[in-house]
Amino acid sequence: MLLQIKNLHASINGKEILKGVDLDVREGEVHAIMGPNGTGKSTLASVIAGREVFEVTAGEILYKGKDLHKLSIEDRAREGIFLGFQYPVEIPGVSITNFMRTAVNEIRKFKGLDPLPGGDFLRLMEEKKRLVEITSNLTNRSVNEGFSGGEKKKNEIFQMAMLEPVLAILDETDSGLDIDALRIVANGVNKLRRPDNAFVVITHYQRLLDYIIPDFVHVLFEGRIVKSGGKELALELEEKGYDWIKKEQE
Amino acid sequence: MESEATKILDEVTQGDYKYGFVTEIETEFAPTGLSEDTVRYISAKKNEPEFLLQFRLKAYRHWLTMSQPEWAHLKIDPINFQDIIFYAAPKKKKELSSLDEVDPELLATFNKLGISLDEQKKLTGVASVAVDAVIDSVSVKTTFSETLSKHGIIFCSFSEAVQNHPDLVKQYMGSVVPYTDNYFAALNSAVFSDGSFCYIPKGVRCPMELSTYFRINAANTGQFERTLIVAEEGAYVSYMEGCTAPQRDENQLHAAIVEIVAMKDAEVKYSTVQNWYPGDKNGIGGIYNFVTKRGICKGSHSKISWTQVETGSAITWKYPSCILLGDNSVGEFYSVAVTNNHQQADTGTKMMHLGKNTRSTIISKGISAGKSNNSYRGLVRISKNAANSRNYSQCDSLLLGAKCGAHTYPYIQVDNRSSIVEHEATTSKISEDQLFYCQQRGISAESAIGLIVNGYAKEVLKQLPMEFAVEAQKLLSISLEGSVG
Ligand SMILES: Nc1ncnc2c1ncn2[C@@H]1O[C@H](COP(=O)(O)OP(=O)(O)OP(=O)(O)O)[C@@H](O)[C@H]1O
Ligand SMILES: [Mg+2]
Repeated sequence: MLLQIKNLHASINGKEILKGVDLDVREGEVHAIMGPNGTGKSTLASVIAGREVFEVTAGEILYKGKDLHKLSIEDRAREGIFLGFQYPVEIPGVSITNFMRTAVNEIRKFKGLDPLPGGDFLRLMEEKKRLVEITSNLTNRSVNEGFSGGEKKKNEIFQMAMLEPVLAILDETDSGLDIDALRIVANGVNKLRRPDNAFVVITHYQRLLDYIIPDFVHVLFEGRIVKSGGKELALELEEKGYDWIKKEQE
Repeated sequence: MESEATKILDEVTQGDYKYGFVTEIETEFAPTGLSEDTVRYISAKKNEPEFLLQFRLKAYRHWLTMSQPEWAHLKIDPINFQDIIFYAAPKKKKELSSLDEVDPELLATFNKLGISLDEQKKLTGVASVAVDAVIDSVSVKTTFSETLSKHGIIFCSFSEAVQNHPDLVKQYMGSVVPYTDNYFAALNSAVFSDGSFCYIPKGVRCPMELSTYFRINAANTGQFERTLIVAEEGAYVSYMEGCTAPQRDENQLHAAIVEIVAMKDAEVKYSTVQNWYPGDKNGIGGIYNFVTKRGICKGSHSKISWTQVETGSAITWKYPSCILLGDNSVGEFYSVAVTNNHQQADTGTKMMHLGKNTRSTIISKGISAGKSNNSYRGLVRISKNAANSRNYSQCDSLLLGAKCGAHTYPYIQVDNRSSIVEHEATTSKISEDQLFYCQQRGISAESAIGLIVNGYAKEVLKQLPMEFAVEAQKLLSISLEGSVG
């Protein structure tokens, strides 16, 4: 089991957002998480990544069988957890190249490897840029600064490709993408799929799941996963909305 | 939410000063304290011509009539000038003619600081840089003087210039910063001991970067150096200045003067990486850095550009300025000032537009962490005759944590209608979002802050010569570095 979440409760400023989440993700699987706005999808992603503003009040997250609780944000990342942000932040003056080189080399250091020589690093960048079909001048620009919504999302997938995570959580990476970009992003994910890694895809649209075929679809509602099923659940949600789930909960 | 980010910042911003060691060398001192006798002692030690002694004495007598300025946003403990040693020099056995004769301890010191005094030892891929190495009150070695002299360039210690080129010294010294200028300028004019002198003749582009490296070593001493750069018509020079000092519990005084003269079509680029000992985490010790730097664009189409990266000193009081006298002359000021722990900085520039069509640009980036205070103070003055002049100023402050302060004091005075002055200012913080984003990519909080701060300061850092830029980038990260986890 790659990721095992048991009865996870988390709150922010004393307000409970996650109210007992259970989720199992095995290597090789793709999970989709859907659910109405404000039900805690991004919160779940942040808590898995270790964001400190959220307080875990009960339950546990096991990753590769180890309790994540004590692991810092960066160590989780170095162990292979990647979060594609719903709202990627701008870092003015820091080029994507410099940013990625710092990330790649800190992860390598953690693994006891020497820094990647400059030439090798640039070759790696070129290769991954082709994978997500992004142009050169985007990587020379500062991280997310002045990027369009779609460019920001593509940049997230590019970074994922660079870091080759074991567990990738993509938070609404499809939002704001045009049809071509959506296909490119989905292809990127599909090319990176391996038997030993897994994806958790948070989305509002069944459309994405035409490209990335999920093994499981979950509905997160008011801080709990209230329904799980196969990819047909996504179609059902698309058709019927969330009302019937709300009713079921009452 | 804020408190988490603050905690990380606190941990990250408690770094240690890496240059705090002391070199054991035999040193010769002036008697402690300041009087006319001290001034005469220094002048005699340096075997100076009479005009210079008279200059010093006038400055000293003028200084006695002045009092320490209090307008800056700084808290300065009273300085007892009778406790300071005004002259300290590493004892030398005889006149130096080659590197072999420099005290090996001194060579080792500069090696440790990463400064090469060996002309043979060029770093691969790096253009050679001529260095004037000043320790405490004297210059110990100037490299590449001979190579430069083939181009007619004079690059030597101030003391040598006094001996070998007294006319040039007499003509230009005090012409940009008169001894009456301010309290610390008067003090420096009375007791200055050494510094660098640089003269670029007409039409010559200096073929290498020139640099002076200042090191305070001895205890209880002050450093009072003076630098004079003269660029004749059409000349060009890029000049760099670096400095460090040992870690000590007392405050040490550094009061310097830099004067630049640029004639018609000349260009002088002056870059500083200031890394004097900043004091410890509790604000004990550190250098008081009170510096007067000013350049005059005397001829038309001349240009003076100041770039400074200020990371050190307990207190920094410094306003590198330009007098734009020549028509169409250009003044620039690019600054990054970092304050951490209990450091205080009040720094900025003055752009005095006197000639027509003169232009100036001011880019100031303040970064405050810990309990420090960081102020930008700038004056843009466009006189009546400076028709069609322009100034653009941008002053940004970045706050790391909640206990530090950032202040901006822009003074603008425009006395004609055809000129345009623009001023922009922003204050920002490193957000928890940015840190989380970096850390989620496997980057430690410490490196993340280094990255973000360097990104923030990029506009200024890119003005630095290559040789300096890399060092400055590291320094920015280091001054905010500490132990995380
Ligand atoms: N920093 C915060 N401070 C206070 N409340 C927060 C904070 N972050 C999230 N919340 C609240 O937590 C709840 C869950 O937010 P979350 O972002 O996880 O929702 P989501 O399911 O991702 O929604 P969406 O589909 O709109 O992205 C919301 O009510 C939100 O307002
Ligand atoms: Mg969300």
